[in-house]
Amino acid sequence: MSGTYLGMPSFPVAAREAVNNPTLRANLRHATHTIRAKRAVAVAELADWALLREAGKQIKDRTLRHLDTLLVELEEKVTAAGGVVHWAADAEEANRIVTELVVETGEREVVKVKSMATQEIGLNEALEAAGIAAYETDLAELIVQLGEDRPSHILVPAIHRNRGEIRDIFATTMGEWGRPAPDDLTDSPAALAEAARLHLREKFLRAKVGISGANFMVAETGTLVVLESEGNGRMCLTLPETLISVVGIEKVIPSWRDLEVFLQTLPRSSTAERMNPYTSTWTGTTDSDGPKAFHLVLLDNGRTATLADEVGRQALRCIRCSACLNVCPVYERAGGHAYGSVYPGPIGAILSPQLRGTQSDIDASLPYASSLCGACYEVCPVAIDIPEVLVHLREQVAEKGGKGHRLEKTAMKAAGWILNHPAALTAGERIASKTRALHPKTVPGASAWTDSRDLPALPEQPFRDWWKKNRT
Amino acid sequence: MNTRETILTRIREAVAQAPEVPEPARDYLPSHTPNDPQTLVNLLAENLTDYRAIVHHTYEDTLPDLLNQLLSAHGTQSVLVPPGLPEHWLQASNAQQIEDSSTHTPHDLDTVDSVVTGCALAIAETGTLVLDASPDQGRRRITLIPDHHICIVRAPDQIVASLPQAMPRLDPTRPLTWISGPSATSDIELDRVEGVHGPRTLEVILLSSRSGD
Repeated sequence: MSGTYLGMPSFPVAAREAVNNPTLRANLRHATHTIRAKRAVAVAELADWALLREAGKQIKDRTLRHLDTLLVELEEKVTAAGGVVHWAADAEEANRIVTELVVETGEREVVKVKSMATQEIGLNEALEAAGIAAYETDLAELIVQLGEDRPSHILVPAIHRNRGEIRDIFATTMGEWGRPAPDDLTDSPAALAEAARLHLREKFLRAKVGISGANFMVAETGTLVVLESEGNGRMCLTLPETLISVVGIEKVIPSWRDLEVFLQTLPRSSTAERMNPYTSTWTGTTDSDGPKAFHLVLLDNGRTATLADEVGRQALRCIRCSACLNVCPVYERAGGHAYGSVYPGPIGAILSPQLRGTQSDIDASLPYASSLCGACYEVCPVAIDIPEVLVHLREQVAEKGGKGHRLEKTAMKAAGWILNHPAALTAGERIASKTRALHPKTVPGASAWTDSRDLPALPEQPFRDWWKKNRT
Repeated sequence: MNTRETILTRIREAVAQAPEVPEPARDYLPSHTPNDPQTLVNLLAENLTDYRAIVHHTYEDTLPDLLNQLLSAHGTQSVLVPPGLPEHWLQASNAQQIEDSSTHTPHDLDTVDSVVTGCALAIAETGTLVLDASPDQGRRRITLIPDHHICIVRAPDQIVASLPQAMPRLDPTRPLTWISGPSATSDIELDRVEGVHGPRTLEVILLSSRSGD
């Protein structure tokens, strides 16, 4: 089944591999540039975009400030509407709750709507360990699952695959999971979508348990909201008898009216559409329409720790649109897998180290996986200042003094001494200029920095000598 | 302390020092479109078409014939009918009418060719139909499983310009389905392909009363 993120190498190591893969780079470049251009057009249609962005930011900030009362209100409303609310402090607890709920139904398979939260906690793997098959039903997630791969983009998880690769995955593996792909399967997107339709339809029609996340939860009414395009979401949300939704606690919004802001900004930022083809909203259960049992699992898993950080808490405003990935020059070249998390790109670089802490190599390296160019902040529909949080997290990592940072400190100490001793500096500069031919292109021992960069060449003479000769 | 209390306590501690945040300023536009009925009808048609829905205009007295034509053209043998759909709408059609019932399994619905429904409202700026499971629309699944959905919008009464105008007219306690064009995916090289799991063909009839009626 799909790979996990355990033991992922740090960002620079994983990124180097990706940068050297020409197919991957071509796939990514094509995809990010396409969506980037379309998004700009969709956003330009709304004259009040800046005001919608500001309203979205303010709604989310107010939500985070009153998260406790809003969650209690949500719980009350969901319960009153016939749902059952569960609270999970971490991945393990959430997985246990969901597994128990599925086991109680007596079923051995579930259909899933694409959900970042369930990927974050590794739910599919936990269900598999309990002998329950979890079928991903979003086309891109299906490609990832059948290819025993990992998602590399928030919105288009199989963005790193081209049509030829997808055809091959479908042709070789669909039969192991259910209805095989047709023998004459071509690589046209329409043929591939049709193969997925036939393969998944038999699963939808017999499914008794559906599992989803949610884009929003409305505290005022207890309503959950899922945005999607294909209809697989509607299948999973309405056909099964039991529906289990696993949702991060930060996904709550105060009022029904607040949706008028996010339903304008999310689709345009995400798929560059005026509106995504399907949005489903439901409040608890409804007699004879949709699931008879509805369970909502509210997930913390590092969110309250993130909330406690004054600078970093703004990452919880994220509505998972993925606009920041599509404009990021680093993501475009490194690809999503290099980030070692279900949240790749700029938002992943600030979200993952906050949700998981910076103990591991990968999480300590993520705040550095950026050129701080600021394009991500410009496109963010809830105005998360990603560069600000990156710098803030770099400070935290540097304070802990990892391997790379001891080297940096020694270098800075030496530089400080030289700059305080002008005679030594002048002598050093002259020696340096005279020995230019002998200079290496990289510095031994600083490979983390110089493996991907050449050292700048030294000038023929020091600037101060040049100044003396030409200007004094 | 149980998990619920643990999480709520963590939240309270996390934001204890945070400054109060004012109510959001809602100074964005209530709509981006002049509030003129004909403009809204045209814009809705344009945006639905842009996302590959097929749009028709008709009047009360010509609706049955149009429905008959559309169903015949699609080769429809059987059509799902929500319990509150006006009976005369389908009077000209020979297709077998199947009334929605809770005894139908998803497999049963999969054998039906088309479904005809009304809607709760339509949003012109986004090209969106909203269904709220009222009797003329039926349960959510009947507009999902058949491959052909014909949705009838009363124009201009059921058309609003924008999302801010739609929200107060919708009842969140009802299950809502928002539909903007037929099922689509962009998951393969970001090429948009219509029709994955939901209806591959969405036809929208904008139903007007004749002027002077």
